[in-house]
Amino acid sequence: MSTSREEILKRVRTALKDVPDDEGARNQPADRGYRRESRMSTEDRVRQFAEHVNEYNARVTRLKESELVESIIASCARENVSKLVVPAGINENWLPRDQAGLTLLQDGPEPLSYQQLDESDAVLTGCYLAVAQTGTIVLNGGAGQGRRVLTLLPDFHLCIVRTDQIVGIVPEAFSGLDKLVKESGPPITLISGPSATSDIELDRVEGVHGPRRLEVFIVD
Amino acid sequence: MNTKSTTKHPKFEKSARSYLDNSQLRRNIRHATTTICEKRKAVVEEMPDWEELRESGRQVKEKVMRNLDRYLLQLEESVQKAGGVVHWARDADDANRIIVDLVKQKGESEVVKVKSITTDEIGLNKALAEEEIVALETDLAELIVQMAGDEPSHILVPAIHKNRSEIRELFREKLGDLELSDKPAELADAARLYLRKKFLSAKIGISGGNFAVAETGTVSVVESEGNGRMCITLPDTLISVLGIEKIIPTWQDFEVFMQLLPRSSTAERMNPYNNFWTGVTEGDGPQEFHLVLLDNGRTNVLADEAGRQTLHCIRCSACLNVCPVYERTGGHAYHSVYPGPIGAILTPQLRGLEDESAASLPYASSLCGACYEVCPVKINIPDVLVHLRGKVVAQKKRSGGFRAKTDPEHIAMRMMARTFRSRSRYERAQKFARVGQRLFVRDGVISKLPGRLSGWTAMRDLKPIPRQSFRDWWRVRS
Repeated sequence: MSTSREEILKRVRTALKDVPDDEGARNQPADRGYRRESRMSTEDRVRQFAEHVNEYNARVTRLKESELVESIIASCARENVSKLVVPAGINENWLPRDQAGLTLLQDGPEPLSYQQLDESDAVLTGCYLAVAQTGTIVLNGGAGQGRRVLTLLPDFHLCIVRTDQIVGIVPEAFSGLDKLVKESGPPITLISGPSATSDIELDRVEGVHGPRRLEVFIVD
Repeated sequence: MNTKSTTKHPKFEKSARSYLDNSQLRRNIRHATTTICEKRKAVVEEMPDWEELRESGRQVKEKVMRNLDRYLLQLEESVQKAGGVVHWARDADDANRIIVDLVKQKGESEVVKVKSITTDEIGLNKALAEEEIVALETDLAELIVQMAGDEPSHILVPAIHKNRSEIRELFREKLGDLELSDKPAELADAARLYLRKKFLSAKIGISGGNFAVAETGTVSVVESEGNGRMCITLPDTLISVLGIEKIIPTWQDFEVFMQLLPRSSTAERMNPYNNFWTGVTEGDGPQEFHLVLLDNGRTNVLADEAGRQTLHCIRCSACLNVCPVYERTGGHAYHSVYPGPIGAILTPQLRGLEDESAASLPYASSLCGACYEVCPVKINIPDVLVHLRGKVVAQKKRSGGFRAKTDPEHIAMRMMARTFRSRSRYERAQKFARVGQRLFVRDGVISKLPGRLSGWTAMRDLKPIPRQSFRDWWRVRS
């Protein structure tokens, strides 16, 4: 194994004999003339985020925190959800407790099995960040988001985004994750709309293997 | 070097001809590429800093290539620190052996795969099949291609050459679902049902990767369907194969590439799912992660200063969609997993110019430059094409010995060079040609030259030399 390693490194070094030896040490940074901050007002960010999520054919509702539980119950009823998965560490105030016909499946302390998740109808999570420019939700497995599989097997994902979590543009999102990745390296998933494919004649179809429906609640 | 494929492929100009006759194929491809080009244009135009992003992307990739040994070692260290295992593969055989051994160690006979051109390049599925391991493609288009026993024809949309009714027929036959309509949504649903069971029981997932971060060891897979998430999340073991050129230096660099790639590739602001994982994480996803770093000819590309930029490619496929040649021939004519303009420069460099099929690819272009215009990392494809054409000619001369030196085309080119060096010789030649061409001009063009010269008119009509040149006109005028 180590022979392949040495050989590849040798080939690389031979291939790069035109590059001055001290170039690596000088570590010349690349030009970054693109926008790194958006300077959008909160209101503009929220509006653009909602607009762009909507364009992916996901449902978007903006509401007050006090209206949240009621809206979640309404969505679950509309989509015939009877088993709702909730990750560990989710805000207790968001949960529709004691709702007839709606069972909450809590992940943790005992983890839910793949089978339980596959047989569930929906999952309710928060998020780490959201991006207005692209209508993207960022999950990092933190409290209220759960393991990656939780937002993968259920067919319907309900995601709660606080307005103060929405950044303007893509570089702001990656900057926001930089420290975390370097410190603990959690798995990170960017979600932009429901799963989709354009593999047949480049016609976009929403809903393949990941959740086929996505609903985002933007909470002020 | 063991990078050459064992099967001998025909030259591009030969196979292109047969694909040009397939009008269904041409319709399918034109429809698809036209649609995606329009969408791409719209999402690129809403970016005020697109050119700055392209330039940053180019610079970051250039820096990676010029310091590749250092970044490879840094990546290895980061992945190991995060709990992953790093393997190095000189060529396809090396990589396939590493993966087959890993699967055998686990005692598994089936793996689920995320679409990966790199694994197509090394013929992984075949190598696994030889060891009686079933590799199940889970990307819808790859599944279609695999079921049809076909080859991919596009980087992003491997089944671009098939239309919905052809796919319905295939699914009816292979999945036994006779009620299936040809609606893309229904076809996607059939694939969902079929693959869900496979995902839930899979023990090993195999993926490629779009980027690997030297600084943190993070690997990323960008996708749309969620099959990538399934393969990366559900199995106990994940094996990812990445070409050594897929490195980016820092996490921060994602802010450049995650803007360039989706808009250039699927023509979306962002594709549905982007996955980033750093080694293994307790309680979330596979607990064993193997990263296979593949050379397979990439260091040959790196050694050519003019061709080196080919390795900057992030596999978006924008160049395929705008290419007038690709639009007419489709991907199969290139006989490579990398078709289109990027394939025309990458394949000959990976396989070497001794491979006649690969050496014909730099000519599969009109040098119109549309590919360079859309390339998100500014690879100057026309420049590299011309550079490679020069190398092809030099290679022919070298390998041909005396016969190549006395080849009439070679002699004609030398005489031409002599003529063009002197004004009097040039003007005399023009006069002769004006008389000589009379035999061949029909309706104002020369569309067929005889004998040895026929090659010049095989692909295009020539303009005859006009009765009066600019210099003649200028002389008369004053």
